[in-house]
Amino acid sequence: MVSQAGKVTLGRSASRERRRARLGPLSGLSHAALVVWTALVTVPIAWTFLASVKSEDEIFGSAWSLPASLRWDNWARAFENAHVGRYMLNSLVVVALSTTGTMLLGSMAAYVLARYRFRGNRAIYLLFVSGLAFPVYLALTPLFFVVQNMGRLPLVGPLIGLDTYGGLVLVYIAYSLPFTIFFLSAFFRTLPEAVAEAAFVDGASHARVFFQIMLPMARPGIVSITIFNVLGQWNQYQIPLVLLSGQAQDKWVLTQGIAAISTAAGYDADWSALFAALSMAILPMLVVYTVFQRQIQAGLTAGALK
Amino acid sequence: MPERDAREPVTGRTPVLAGAGEKGRNAMARPAAGGRRSAAPRRIDAARARFIAGFLAAPVLLYAVYVIAPYAQAFSIALTDWRGVSASPRFVGLENFRRLAGDSVFWTAVGHNALLLVLLPLLTIAIALSFAFLLNAGGANGGGVAGSRFYRVVFFFPQVLAVAIVAVLFQQVFRPDGSGMLNAPLIALGLEPVGFLSDPGVAFWSILGVLVWQAVGFYVVLFSAGMASIPREMYEAARIDGAGPGRLFFRITLPLLWDTVQVGWIYLGIAALDVFAVVWVMTPERGGPDHSTTVMAAEIYRNAFQYFRFGYASAMGVVLFFFTVAFAAAALRLSRRERVEY
Repeated sequence: MVSQAGKVTLGRSASRERRRARLGPLSGLSHAALVVWTALVTVPIAWTFLASVKSEDEIFGSAWSLPASLRWDNWARAFENAHVGRYMLNSLVVVALSTTGTMLLGSMAAYVLARYRFRGNRAIYLLFVSGLAFPVYLALTPLFFVVQNMGRLPLVGPLIGLDTYGGLVLVYIAYSLPFTIFFLSAFFRTLPEAVAEAAFVDGASHARVFFQIMLPMARPGIVSITIFNVLGQWNQYQIPLVLLSGQAQDKWVLTQGIAAISTAAGYDADWSALFAALSMAILPMLVVYTVFQRQIQAGLTAGALK
Repeated sequence: MPERDAREPVTGRTPVLAGAGEKGRNAMARPAAGGRRSAAPRRIDAARARFIAGFLAAPVLLYAVYVIAPYAQAFSIALTDWRGVSASPRFVGLENFRRLAGDSVFWTAVGHNALLLVLLPLLTIAIALSFAFLLNAGGANGGGVAGSRFYRVVFFFPQVLAVAIVAVLFQQVFRPDGSGMLNAPLIALGLEPVGFLSDPGVAFWSILGVLVWQAVGFYVVLFSAGMASIPREMYEAARIDGAGPGRLFFRITLPLLWDTVQVGWIYLGIAALDVFAVVWVMTPERGGPDHSTTVMAAEIYRNAFQYFRFGYASAMGVVLFFFTVAFAAAALRLSRRERVEY
């Protein structure tokens, strides 16, 4: 990457004149196109942030007017009355648990399937990977009843039924396994054999070799797929919509909450709080993305580049 | 026999590893005399087997309960008239599918998915390819234009936002009066405001626009990564031969990037078949106005969880499943071309 960037700058200074002559008009046009798309991406988001500090009258007045004063009370209202704080906390709890679970179970299964030969290996691998091809909408109805039935189990039932964090977490993990296993088993297959063999000779157990040697060696792959899962689960909307009903509003995740506020805003007409809620949902993503954009881009495109 | 019975616990006790079933099988399979000599490898075998089983048990169980079982059940529920949470399902054969064949709303939804299946990949890939080319090879001597890194970072951002959040955002952007981001300038210019979401002739295109808006950045980054691995000498050589940017793109970039484009095409096609949140959250009447934006996933959700027609919704799910499989098979078959090695 670095050497390529160096080459680019070198080439640029050397042939600037020649390029001007040939690519001049195209360069101008292409810059215009790039600037237009930049505006298309940034302006709606910036406009939302602007509207989040406007008063109701200003929002309904003219869309492009500047606010007379910055009304941060919109944000306070969205956070408290519209429960955005609560929804965000719920999303954090659910994603923390589900991504941890996905990575633990996914890497364990991927490792065994990638590096141990035994009868049924291929069948189990294909079973997991075939999950990539199925549209989740096919499973929605039965899934609802599966989770409902899990809620009737003795002891653990109340923790993993409908309208619980646990139920949502387990479903997230199960539906994240196909891609996680597909990606990580390809990764584990590329790791060298020698280190693990040396550890076995020294008497290390299989589990120990996995946790202390192979897992650290697989770190780049683990990081990519963790990012992929965190974002995928954080942004999930369809599954919580089915599993967390209207009676469990205190457990709703952020996407669900914001979508519901937008529906309700039609009646309550607290539009400024809606914009504030929207900004509150976007802002953390903007911050996290700005800091980790390189890793996030790598993580999300990792699957497609294989 | 008594001999072996007496010895068995000795080999079995020292290593705590062998499970009961494993021990029994080995004792049956191997002659008693060999028991002591093969104890060590057997112990390792047993430990290995327990490790494999131990690591696979939880993921496989979870996957079987929450993924395999629901998918399997969906096909059988589709053959029942199950309605309502309390009612019990009754087998009706293919009746749901017969009804589905005459359900005009569902076929409207299928039509929208089909249109998205063609247009979403086409537009997204065309835009993303042009931007990726400009960013990577449109500038100096085959290098990227100035600030290409900045553009990549900005373009990618919509991808990290939840579709549901984007839908709410654009609901506001598209508002039909002077408070809408897009309509305000139109009104200021003295033009008629556009009913981006309220005009049945326009709403579908607004949906498509939002989907493209969110997807382009991802594919710019994806294609850029692919283009970065194309040897620069190829461009240099072609340029010396007098090729312009257009020829460079169509004769070098596109053929060498074809694999990545193909992957993108399949991703976007599946995304087009699975569109839900944008329609459900953004449009009036959740798929309206007048069914002008509805899609299969929205009809499945509506029938299952608003009308409680579980059997009928599952039949729709089965149809969606076959569309998805057919698309994936067709895409793999049609787009497979001679791979250019470099």
